[in-house]
Amino acid sequence: MVRFLSDVTEELRLAVPDHTSDLALLRSMKVIREAELRLAKLFADGEVPGFIHLSVGQEGVAAGVCSALGPSDTLASNHRGHGHALAKGLDLERFFLEIMAKAEGMCKGRGGSMHVADAKVGMLGANGIVGAGLPIAVGSALAHQVKRNGAVAAVFFGDGALAEGVMHESFNLAAIWRLPVLFVCENNGWSEFSPTSRQLSADPCALALSHRIAARSVDGNDAVAVSEVARELVAEIRSGGGPRFLECRTTRVRGHFEGDPQKYRDADDALRADESDPIGRLEKRLAAGGVSATDIEAAGREAIARVDAAVERARAGTDPDFDTALRDVYAQTEAAR
Amino acid sequence: MSEVRFGQAINRALSDAMTADSSVVLFGEDVAAAGGPFGVTRGLLDRFGAERVRDTPISEAAIVGAAVGAAMSGLKPVVEIMFMDFVTLSMDALVNQAAKARFMFGGQYALPMVVRLPHGGGINAGPQHSQCLEAWLAHVPGLKVVCPATVADAYAMMRAAIDDPDPVIVVENKSLYAMKGELPEPLPDVEIGKAAIARTGSDATIVTYGAMREVALAAATTLAGEGIDAEVIDLRSLQPWDETAVLQSLARTHRLVIAHEAVEAFGVGAEIAARMADVGFDDLDGPIVRVGAPFMPVPFAKNLEDHYRPDAARIAAAVRRTLA
Repeated sequence: MVRFLSDVTEELRLAVPDHTSDLALLRSMKVIREAELRLAKLFADGEVPGFIHLSVGQEGVAAGVCSALGPSDTLASNHRGHGHALAKGLDLERFFLEIMAKAEGMCKGRGGSMHVADAKVGMLGANGIVGAGLPIAVGSALAHQVKRNGAVAAVFFGDGALAEGVMHESFNLAAIWRLPVLFVCENNGWSEFSPTSRQLSADPCALALSHRIAARSVDGNDAVAVSEVARELVAEIRSGGGPRFLECRTTRVRGHFEGDPQKYRDADDALRADESDPIGRLEKRLAAGGVSATDIEAAGREAIARVDAAVERARAGTDPDFDTALRDVYAQTEAAR
Repeated sequence: MSEVRFGQAINRALSDAMTADSSVVLFGEDVAAAGGPFGVTRGLLDRFGAERVRDTPISEAAIVGAAVGAAMSGLKPVVEIMFMDFVTLSMDALVNQAAKARFMFGGQYALPMVVRLPHGGGINAGPQHSQCLEAWLAHVPGLKVVCPATVADAYAMMRAAIDDPDPVIVVENKSLYAMKGELPEPLPDVEIGKAAIARTGSDATIVTYGAMREVALAAATTLAGEGIDAEVIDLRSLQPWDETAVLQSLARTHRLVIAHEAVEAFGVGAEIAARMADVGFDDLDGPIVRVGAPFMPVPFAKNLEDHYRPDAARIAAAVRRTLA
């Protein structure tokens, strides 16, 4: 019988009133936070080429949802996918190596921030095209269904993606084929520089419900709540219940991309972001539950140490080789014209 | 050896592939219950069941996008977009996802998917149901594009496409589905990227593919009556294409015509012409001439469409131009 870490953690959680799973969530979020803040600095210092889209403030969604997924479950993501990738189990060193354009990155320096992926942990890739991950996840779920492997496909997308036509196609197809897919909408209220209120005619859950996909909405900044709901939905999907939709209401703290001056946002917005910080909230909850300050702080210290080590390793990486890349356009060695 | 129709050969290839490998699945609009609008997938639902042969809604973007995800997760999907004209609706999945997944994820994923695209006119289907857009796809690094012209190749290319770890577009000319031909025993094997010589000759090379193969052969017959011996090369594969075969032919004939049903301007022929004008320059004794459709949408009225599509007379005239 296949046992996923999430199952084991769940059993522990129910059997003994301890905080193992909550601490695991905190550690996951801390790694994401420290990695993202570090990337912001590296980017500002010119050590990261291209564009990066950071998920600071949205860690609760990534950590919470991924705590419900096992190693055979697959995950598609979007351009703001660092948190999703790390929470799914991407190696931190190879993550930094990739974003810093080194040959030793998991994509050999060919993709960068928007294309981090890891086949070994079922991460189907971050994606630079808004909405593109939805049909990919639907197809992955189709594979799980045909192979009867009990696995689930999940996909993260933002509220902005709800306006893409392919979202409706994906919901429709998943619903009529009862595919094992979890659609997770990170609603942070912004589609690039435009507020969601001006972009969407419908409520996110209503869109899923109109395709007869059961939908839940959760405070995305309450990592424990996200984890609980995600586990319930994944269990329903895994037992043949068809697709599910989960809206996670969260906060995008930084700009759409690093360097975005965010002139379109209120100063108030930033204040509200501090209050809703998922990490701060979980730390308070753990402290109130009797977890020692030492244990709570350890999560942060460990994260910083891991990120430091990963960055040092990444700085020592080498430039990718052009001919190697050229030969890898196709699986056969002969590059086509 | 048996005589079957082109469409039946494809059906046989799909069936044999699905028997040999349980990870091969089929989906698309009306491919299951109806057996496909042209009957190409007839009987496959009954033989392999509803889990592996599925009708989809009219959702081209999701059809090809799902093929990408399925291929990344262990299946070998063969999907159909009913008319090549509708590929426009699935371009993100083909160009930004399927073509790039292997490369941009550092070789972690193979994408063993096939997209079947019926193309071509001659059936008065009008501007949005008759196009030949293969040049668009051949231009995208990461995609493979094949276009069989014979019954044997219809079988063999489909098998090769399904076995290929890369995304392969199989372009099928609608007007060929009813064409009868020989399906050899043992069943033919073909390597994607290899052309076939349809007719050997010494005075000029006609490079072609798809429905134009027969038209080029007819032109060669006409020219033979004038004492001009034309060689006809059926590319079979457009991306990659058999540059070596074309060069070898040019080394003997020194004259090149490229004929295809697709619009001449910016078509597959343009790439072949440019490439041969470069590496084949020393072998050329005359200009490279292309024969393709005029730069206009495919017209509906029969007399307009008949004039629009390249015919044997135009190919023969092109050959004479290279010899003038």
